[in-house]
Amino acid sequence: MERVNNNLDRRKFLKMSGITGAALAIGFNIPFSNGGNASIQNLNSDLPNGVTLNAFIIIEKTGKITLINPRPDMGQGSFQAVPALIAEELEVSLDQVEIKNSDGSKKYGSQLSGGSSSIRGSWEPLRKAGAAAKEMLIKAASSKWKIKESDCYALEGKIFDKTSKRSLSYGALVEEAAKLEVPENPKLKEPKDFKLLGKDGKRPDIPLKVDGEAVFGLDYKVPGMLYASIERSPVFNGRVAKYDDSKTKQVKGVIAVLKCERPMPHRKSESVAVIADNYFSAIQGRKALQVTWDDGEFGNVDSEGFFESLRNLAKSEGAVHHEKGEFEKTFNDAPKKLEFVYETPFLAHAPMEPENALAHVKKAECEIWAPVQGPDWLVDQVSKYLNIQPEKVKVNVTFLGGAFGRKAYYDYVLEAVHLSQKLNAPVKVIWSREDDTSLGPFRPGLISALKGGLDLSGNVVAFQHKVVAPSIQHQLYKSLQSGKSDGWAMEAIEEKDSPYKIPNVKYNFVLAETDIPIVWWRSVYASSNIFGHESFIDELAHASKKDPLKFRMEMLKDAPRHLNVLKILEEKSGWNQSLPSGKARGVAISRSFETICAHVVTVSKNDSGIKIEKVVSVMDCGMTVNPDNVKAQTEGNIIMGITAAIKDAITFKSGRAEQTNFHNYRVLRINETPEMEMHIVQNFEKPGGVGEPGLPPVAPALTNAIFNLTGKRIRKLPFNLNEV
Amino acid sequence: MSQYTLDINGKKHSVEADGQTPLLWIIRDSVGLTGTKFGCGIAQCGACTVHLNGNAVRSCSIPVSAVVNQEITTIEGLSDDKSHPLQKAWIEHQVPQCGYCQSGQIMSAAILLKNNPKPSDEDIDAAMQGNICRCGTYQRIRKAIHAASNEMNNSNSER
Repeated sequence: MERVNNNLDRRKFLKMSGITGAALAIGFNIPFSNGGNASIQNLNSDLPNGVTLNAFIIIEKTGKITLINPRPDMGQGSFQAVPALIAEELEVSLDQVEIKNSDGSKKYGSQLSGGSSSIRGSWEPLRKAGAAAKEMLIKAASSKWKIKESDCYALEGKIFDKTSKRSLSYGALVEEAAKLEVPENPKLKEPKDFKLLGKDGKRPDIPLKVDGEAVFGLDYKVPGMLYASIERSPVFNGRVAKYDDSKTKQVKGVIAVLKCERPMPHRKSESVAVIADNYFSAIQGRKALQVTWDDGEFGNVDSEGFFESLRNLAKSEGAVHHEKGEFEKTFNDAPKKLEFVYETPFLAHAPMEPENALAHVKKAECEIWAPVQGPDWLVDQVSKYLNIQPEKVKVNVTFLGGAFGRKAYYDYVLEAVHLSQKLNAPVKVIWSREDDTSLGPFRPGLISALKGGLDLSGNVVAFQHKVVAPSIQHQLYKSLQSGKSDGWAMEAIEEKDSPYKIPNVKYNFVLAETDIPIVWWRSVYASSNIFGHESFIDELAHASKKDPLKFRMEMLKDAPRHLNVLKILEEKSGWNQSLPSGKARGVAISRSFETICAHVVTVSKNDSGIKIEKVVSVMDCGMTVNPDNVKAQTEGNIIMGITAAIKDAITFKSGRAEQTNFHNYRVLRINETPEMEMHIVQNFEKPGGVGEPGLPPVAPALTNAIFNLTGKRIRKLPFNLNEV
Repeated sequence: MSQYTLDINGKKHSVEADGQTPLLWIIRDSVGLTGTKFGCGIAQCGACTVHLNGNAVRSCSIPVSAVVNQEITTIEGLSDDKSHPLQKAWIEHQVPQCGYCQSGQIMSAAILLKNNPKPSDEDIDAAMQGNICRCGTYQRIRKAIHAASNEMNNSNSER
């Protein structure tokens, strides 16, 4: 989900209105993307009145400080964590500043909340921007007082004179500071001096979320706005054969009924939109609509056939992604061989806020108000769709009521754009829960085919993981070369992420073509791959008659951070203490998005089946920005991972998804929530992602525990706890 | 279309609507209180929970014609200044992630504490299992309900 834009010219900055008078505005002369180096610029230097630009920091004469958050907040906490990077170095507290979301303009660089990249991408550049501004303010104060810069320090939005303790506020200094050269390499604080980073921080959006004040996409309104509810083909590329809207037009409030389209990256599908002056009328009008669909060739797609085709494909070699040693020979010669196939289903994201978007297209301009994960991607797509300049597309990013990858796929926004252009009015499209559940895009269903060979001492000498899956990049971008491996699809299982010491290994990818719309779903392929991978490692451990945790530790002895996570988990979970009968533990570990996470799940037998008692989790994500939020993300990942393991799959029959709403696409509820305990490894390593890495090891830790309890091995998700 | 008078957060609102319109859309679109959320439309998720005559109800599944002149409270009416013990506990324990379901969670919890000032974990399970949180904040919801309960009971015993 990361994208690097290689074609960025060193452009002058565009004018941004709204600030008058002198201001210190700090930004970058090229959009920074993940890992990119941009030099920091004083954005006032060649502009009148200090009016700005791509500034991430704007300090006005009045003392008002605005920080820009370029990473949409979908619940993962970027609204606090990203500005905290700037605030730490700028020496301000987050209560002193106003935080604004970026608007999708190229000048802000990558604005994607996805791939657990927000902190990884901002860690260096935003801290440097904060440090640069602070150094300029210190320099301005020192010249004013005619003392050395080293005799000044910054604290809580003021520069102090170390000796006399006199002070000047940032606002009082911006006029002078704005005239100064921007330091090229501002000095960053030592982690030991951090006041915000690495400390449990209170998120500024939370008070807005306890009394209905926070504005989500669904809540945004503009005058003259029309509402649309859209009937889309239940088969993903079906066509409208005919429709009868006579009853729809009798519904009071309905204004128009028109043919519409759902622009997905790989195809457009047909639909019929009901437009009304209020949403309930649009829903009622849609219910009264009679559409006859032509299902076309995909009317016969069903899940059973799909997974059967994957099992057949698993017999082929596919593309060799990576190979070390001689897998075939050592596997064939191994005295003990294991060979199993694991299956994970299609899933819907089901964010609590259904997809919705408000768009207003005027001549060659478009303004959007919507919950989206990447406003910069959206600007690109809208400008292409309407054939207008990207500068003419403005995206107002609202809070996102959950997303999990779904809201980085902009079909719902383009529908609103399409309708607004046709109707020459602002139009808000709201998906129903049924639309959200059954129309995709989905996490792709896939299988992992694993083979392993053990020598007589129970050491793994040969190991193969073959992923047989649809390719997201192939469907979305046509960017997969024929016969090649899909790097995304091999996520989390390669040696860099799963460094088990095995002499002969082979990783294969076999492409499964599908027309079912697919996309990234929290932790993307890792959520599926790790189920097979860590289940199979467990099977190998049992086959070699070794303790599953010790077996892993032995094979990870040359991977110090993995090993450390397992050592801490061994202690914190009480792994070596025996459990009463009727209870058992299971373990799994994975590294994804540059973060290592391992869980121990404890299960018990009860009257109706199996109960998940407790999850103990250890994470090494390098340096943290907000440890309490890292824990919150991991709690959420555990809940979502359990849901994916034991609740409902999305299944297809006659080209249609069979699940429609929360009654048949169930999610975990509070009464099913196990006790969760989180431990974060303290170190000064570079930050890893935290929004996703907690999810992949959940399912295998659970099924490994169930094996230890019952002797039953679960190789297909989802399963029912009461039917094990 | 008919005229309906609604009593929401202690204020009278006169709205013109089809009597079948769910209370949810009246609250959000006619009255303009958007803290109450749409999640599923079939009373499965609890995002639209409001108080009706002191009970927690799903406003997506109650027609406006059924609630005329009855006492309705939305999240905006729970307190004037985020001072309800549950709201304070929600902030203290940093409960919300995306926050979309939290109005409904807090409204369900408020009725639980009104009827049962010292709920056990089982009581919380029973009262709160109609509210889905896809972000998975359940463990913190549980903690925050206990914290709010303690605060309410302490301040009562001080009186």
